[in-house]
Amino acid sequence: MRFAAAEIALVLRLFQADLAHQRKRIALTVIAIAWGTLSIVLLLSFGEGLKRSLSKGARGMGEGVAVVWPGATTRAFMGLPSGRRIAIREEDAELLRRCIPEIETLSLEYARHIPVTAGTKSVNTRVRGVEPEFGEMRNLHPQAGGRFLNAPDMAQKRRVVFLGEELARDLYGTEDAVGRAVQINQSSFLVVGVARKKLMMGMYSGHDRTQATIPATSFKAMHSDAEVGNLVYRPARPELSGRAKAELYRVMGRKHHFDPEDTRALGLWDTLEMQRINRDVAVGVQIFLGIIGGLTLFVGGMGVANIMYAVVKERTREIGVKMALGAKARQVMLPFVLEALLMTVIGGILGAAIALLLIFGLAALPLENEAFDLLGRPTFSPVIAVTTALVLGTIGAAAGYFPARRAAFVDPAESLRYE
Amino acid sequence: MMMIEMRAIRKTYRTGRVEVEALRDVNLDVDRNEFVAIVGPSGSGKSTLMNLLGCLDTPTAGAYRLSGESVAGLDRNRLAEIRNRHIGFVFQNFNLLPYASALENVELPLLFAGLPANERNERATAILEKVDLADRMHHKPGELSGGQMQRVAIARALVNRPTMVLADEPTGNLDSVSGRGIVGLFQELHAAGQTIVMITHDMAIARIASRVVQIRDGEIVEDKSAAA
Repeated sequence: MRFAAAEIALVLRLFQADLAHQRKRIALTVIAIAWGTLSIVLLLSFGEGLKRSLSKGARGMGEGVAVVWPGATTRAFMGLPSGRRIAIREEDAELLRRCIPEIETLSLEYARHIPVTAGTKSVNTRVRGVEPEFGEMRNLHPQAGGRFLNAPDMAQKRRVVFLGEELARDLYGTEDAVGRAVQINQSSFLVVGVARKKLMMGMYSGHDRTQATIPATSFKAMHSDAEVGNLVYRPARPELSGRAKAELYRVMGRKHHFDPEDTRALGLWDTLEMQRINRDVAVGVQIFLGIIGGLTLFVGGMGVANIMYAVVKERTREIGVKMALGAKARQVMLPFVLEALLMTVIGGILGAAIALLLIFGLAALPLENEAFDLLGRPTFSPVIAVTTALVLGTIGAAAGYFPARRAAFVDPAESLRYE
Repeated sequence: MMMIEMRAIRKTYRTGRVEVEALRDVNLDVDRNEFVAIVGPSGSGKSTLMNLLGCLDTPTAGAYRLSGESVAGLDRNRLAEIRNRHIGFVFQNFNLLPYASALENVELPLLFAGLPANERNERATAILEKVDLADRMHHKPGELSGGQMQRVAIARALVNRPTMVLADEPTGNLDSVSGRGIVGLFQELHAAGQTIVMITHDMAIARIASRVVQIRDGEIVEDKSAAA
């Protein structure tokens, strides 16, 4: 350690000397390292932004929810033929809530495509009847001044509606929709809330922004013949999703007489799976981007190594002198490794600074754009900082180590004659 | 115990397919406090002998004991330690680090020996005062005259209190006045008890030594102690 401190002072002086001596070469190399660092930081940050946006998008439909819909059996069971249609009944919701503790929340969903009219404007869209738990589960949050459907709405079969934000815009333009009346199926409904904009990558039966949501009881009152379209539920914890799914087939199978192994009897989409895949894809993309950035930085490292080889050659005589004075291999090598690291660190700091400037500059730009919604914005994170520092350090140390090793194997007798 | 014991030393260089015998069957003993001048024409094997004496190179055959310790078969780091502890080199072209001050140059052997900063500074300062460079300590080699540079180099050679100072044509790059000054300094050192081995082709300088060894074609042809 003692040795290192004095050596560092000498190395700084050496670097100054080299700087005067081969200014252009060192400047180009530092720029190459800066460029490599810029690439790796920016690419990793883009990857991070994409990862976050994908994860947000995957959660847009609701965190860890599963959707169930009617199906048809593919196996004969208890004397019943295969190909039998299995419908979901209203009372099934209560049964499932009671029998499956792994399910935390659950809601029925009725739906029909019908015209929704406000004044002269009319939109033919999906109107769904759901229970109040549906909003929180499916990530339907009201804009300020509004609310989602609640228990009294349900109990009193109120004619209230929660509008998707795009539907509200189509009907009312930029005006506030809350408190107004819309006509659904010739009945007047009071708008109680408009959905907040959200990123939603997975969906069934269309995006939430175009749909009108009313209490299930009100829906049933208008359409007494309506059948349950979907069941939406969320397990108490993500790791319970497998158990919840198996239990659902078991309970429903017993009631509707189908083989619990017959997974086509009821359709089921577990979005947790999608979220897992999304995350894996995003991590894969980020690793890929990181490798590209790392390779760019590697090229810069080659530049540093190249300079250091030249420096070793130039200082052959000096190496010989140091050896004659009793420098051991380690003591001969250290200055070269330090000098390479110094160049790398200077380039790295420069590149990282530019990258951060770009990232924060981009974050400050008011870009409202679908592409940006999906891609996300480049996001810097501590993990990226650590990764970049590690890659930089490794490349810098390697760029110094190999030339330094050559220096350590200089023949002192030979080098003292070297001019 | 002799400071230097060389027995049947041979050194062969191979250049391409030709083998060159730089030294053949050299026997040399140097005792404590001797001032040995090794003289001979160029190509005689002086430099090879100097490299072997200084542990910069190892002999092809023969035995070399320095301060009673056999040098044969040691690895590079062990040899570096021995050079650091036992040998103070003085070169014809000074070989100072151009970007470091006189003081830092003199501190180098102590740095490699792993001494702490304050001790390095103390010893280097003291030795620079001894060679009359107290007022030039913070100058870079480029700001010093040839004679001053060689004094710095001698201070550097002495700072680790070596078993022997090994000088290779120390006046070769100096004008006659500076050269005489350096020779005077070597005489003083010898008078103070320092063992010195000097390689030179200048008989006039060799005359101040206590013993002159002549080498020609890789062999010692004459070994004469000065009439004291």
